[in-house]
Amino acid sequence: MTMTIRALLGACAVGALATAATAETITVATVNNGDMIRMQGLMADFEEKHPDIDVEWVTLEENVLRQRVTTDIATKGGQYDVLTIGTYEVPIWGKQGWLVSLNDLPAEYDADDILPAIRNGLTIDGELYAAPFYGESSMVMYRTDLMEQAGLTMPEAPTWDFIKEAAAAMTDKQNEVYGICLRGKAGWGENMAFLTAMANSYGARWFDMDWQPQFDGEAWKATLTDYLDLMNNYGPPGAANNGFNENLALFQQGKCGMWIDATVAASFVTNAAESTVADKVGFALAPDKGLGKRGNWLWAWNLAIPAGSQKVDAAKAFVAWATSKDYLALVAEEEGWANVPPGTRTSLYENPEYQKVPFANMTLESINAADPTAPTVDEVPYVGVQFVAIPEFQGIGTAVGQQFSAALAGTVSAEQALQSAQQLTEREMKKAGYIK
Amino acid sequence: MARAASPRRRAVTTVIAWAVGLAIFFPILWIVILSFKSEGDAIRPPLQVLTSAWTTHTYAEVQERSDYFRHFMNSVIISFGSTLAALAIAIPAAWSMAFVPGRRTKDLLMWMLSTKMLPAVGVLVPIYLIFRDTGLLDTRTGLVIVLTMINLPIVVWMLYTYFKEIPSEILEAARMDGAGLRDELLYVLTPMAVPGIASTLLLNVILAWNEAFWTLNLTASKAAPLTAFIASYSSPEGLFYAKLSAASTLAIAPILILGWFSQKQLVRGLTFGAVK
Amino acid sequence: MATQASRAAGRLMLSPAVILLLAWMIVPLAMTLYFSFLRYNLLMPGMEEWTGFDNYTYFLTDPAFFDALTNTLLLVVGVLLITTVGGIALALLLDQPFWGQGIVRVLVIAPFFVMPTVSALVWKNMFMNPVNGLFAHLAKALGLQPYDFLGVAPLFSITLIVAWQWLPFATLILLTALQSLDSEQLEAAEMDGASALSRFRHIMLPHLARAATVVILIQTIFLLSTFAEILVTTNGGPGTASTTLTYLVYVQSLLQFDVGGGAAGGIVAVILANIVAIFLMRMIGRNLET
Repeated sequence: MTMTIRALLGACAVGALATAATAETITVATVNNGDMIRMQGLMADFEEKHPDIDVEWVTLEENVLRQRVTTDIATKGGQYDVLTIGTYEVPIWGKQGWLVSLNDLPAEYDADDILPAIRNGLTIDGELYAAPFYGESSMVMYRTDLMEQAGLTMPEAPTWDFIKEAAAAMTDKQNEVYGICLRGKAGWGENMAFLTAMANSYGARWFDMDWQPQFDGEAWKATLTDYLDLMNNYGPPGAANNGFNENLALFQQGKCGMWIDATVAASFVTNAAESTVADKVGFALAPDKGLGKRGNWLWAWNLAIPAGSQKVDAAKAFVAWATSKDYLALVAEEEGWANVPPGTRTSLYENPEYQKVPFANMTLESINAADPTAPTVDEVPYVGVQFVAIPEFQGIGTAVGQQFSAALAGTVSAEQALQSAQQLTEREMKKAGYIK
Repeated sequence: MARAASPRRRAVTTVIAWAVGLAIFFPILWIVILSFKSEGDAIRPPLQVLTSAWTTHTYAEVQERSDYFRHFMNSVIISFGSTLAALAIAIPAAWSMAFVPGRRTKDLLMWMLSTKMLPAVGVLVPIYLIFRDTGLLDTRTGLVIVLTMINLPIVVWMLYTYFKEIPSEILEAARMDGAGLRDELLYVLTPMAVPGIASTLLLNVILAWNEAFWTLNLTASKAAPLTAFIASYSSPEGLFYAKLSAASTLAIAPILILGWFSQKQLVRGLTFGAVK
Repeated sequence: MATQASRAAGRLMLSPAVILLLAWMIVPLAMTLYFSFLRYNLLMPGMEEWTGFDNYTYFLTDPAFFDALTNTLLLVVGVLLITTVGGIALALLLDQPFWGQGIVRVLVIAPFFVMPTVSALVWKNMFMNPVNGLFAHLAKALGLQPYDFLGVAPLFSITLIVAWQWLPFATLILLTALQSLDSEQLEAAEMDGASALSRFRHIMLPHLARAATVVILIQTIFLLSTFAEILVTTNGGPGTASTTLTYLVYVQSLLQFDVGGGAAGGIVAVILANIVAIFLMRMIGRNLET
């Protein structure tokens, strides 16, 4: 016992000395998503290129991470040198002057190579405030074998009506096959990401040009009714607690006929090591309702540097490395092209090797089809496809998500949920001073 | 208490008691089992889980991803550090309350307990700001301070109840013999209160070890204890039951083992003055 | 008999604890109180302004506030009920002579050592998940429809999880109390022909009252701040079905980053907690006075 403790203390002391000998240690806060975990395994390359920089990782679950990072940057706590943040935070934080501009990254970084749709969302007044690590839109993933069994063919650009028809035909509850899996877990980044994107294709919007909430309109009612209809009839049990991860697990086990979710999921569901249905997955664009907008979102996880960081140069070196073309090539070499962080660079999609990946083109098309500045049919006063880029949205979005989640769980009706959503959004917008 | 019992009755009791005990313990047993399975096997129906292949691969993966020992050492330092600090402050206070009680001692004690009812989430921002300004963010010292303060009321109360059980005549006798206050505390009171202090220490280490709000919110990497280690395994992408089980097992094993080894002390001392 | 000198020494030795706790309480509380009168959102620095009682009005008229109050009460009372009743039953059982007493006791106290986050994660995923959870597998094996614990009965499920963690604590204290019971008294009653039930009611239960009070007091203090279990399992939902007061304050201050609103909520929670505390102290005071 004493021996082990002494050995442990010794090890710690050696560790401390080792870090003291090198120049700088930067702390990187990140999400526990697959691509970030993979990056942590590839750090040898970075250390080789930058022997004078040590990287400490803080890896947390998405919601915990967001809360920690936001608290830290807003109070200027200075605990992190590199933050992993979403496209929702970047414009808000950039405007506050909380992030370091990345305009001066070296020429070989080739910032112009970043996909325009993604880059626009990260640029405020000409300053690039974050570098995308991976980008995503949403699309339909479906089981080719079940679709065939049902005697249907998935069009490349399906409608919601077709989705419903296919879901009905694929559902086989006896054998635990559910026609459709969708997010139901409450959260602005969970069920509301899906529902807001879906609502866009139904012509619904969060706010009109005077910031009046629109949940009392017909478009939202149609969205929610169709969603509940789909999920109650053809969805898996317990869907009100299913987020991205839960649905991913269900799909990988062959329990979903279709799943409309993030394009990054494509590499997981086609990975034979984890997925039992790896060779039976097809892809299609997110559905529409014939109104000119599709129900797909746009998101990217980005690396940014807080303005308070004392180690901006080291942090920049890290950001440039992690989001570079070389990093993509490195992952391709180590883990194969299918596992490269997707959706950030034009050059990646021009690469003939990458074009062989089954979901490459569908991902690019989906990303290009989303327009954060004109997310829905009518004009809106906000930016963001599946979110509204105002600071209050996290709270409002999650509270509304709770209502819709309750509707899915069956504890309230769709009408009640919409009514509560309308009321609480009005209340919060009044409190925040957007409306009188 | 050795009451006579017929062998038959003893057998029946044995069966019931074991069944209940195993049922209560089962969730822990189950995660230990799952931690030795592959991700694909861990989500199978229970019987298939049991018959599938055993592997230690998951542990290797967890260790490769996050440095377990660093988190472990932080947990040890923080929980023992805060406990010792709380004891150092609480022993004199409890002595004073037990042996020189004033009119307001009871009120004081209750007030101390009521400070524990302050909802942590409500005061996070103020504390965060104070920590930022004093440079205590992400330091073990900072966490030791917070956890000391959080658990101090419980420590004072536990010690108070033990001290009260010590007949004050003994202390007075020591005083008669010319022992000073320091001697009285160190050589008379403390040895007599050792069982009580030991169980206070144990309970407090457990509480500090498992504290997951402050330890998660006030640390980043350097001082992050096992609660932060667990937070990186909750709902990641893809299948995660095996990894979560392995990480959970690693996080709770040390305190579970400590608790089991010292359960006699813990049980004997865990009365809060409930037993007279 | 306390002398003048020892009284002074007593005060001296008491002071570090009192001063530290006072500081620990007053400083954040004062800051919180101050913030609660400000319009102060972390995400919009530089916009802080005095708003009087606005934050309180918003918090108290929040549609979720009443639900949160009820849920908090239900959760605390539910867990207390399960743990005290279950604890007494378990204590009685473990007090009987049987083979392997030591090992069973070890098994029973184990949940107390498990981190709340871990236990919530494990219960949610490995047991209550309606597709891959153990209960779902069992239900399917029996030909039943799996029950969606956290979707249909979120508060009850959380109550069960929390009760599982606190049952050992209650059991231990009650068991210790039971073992201190004078066995002669019991034997005498048995000789007099008192039934097991009446022995339990007239001798054991009164003896356990004091221990039960302590269990209730200590647990209430911890249960009022139950948070990790809710965050991990349901995020307070669906709807507000499992939002407690603590969780509501969390939503205000760390999800909306509305420090002012969160502070007002915190103050409300402190006031309510103190009402509970006063109530408890009355009860305890009566039971614990020598």
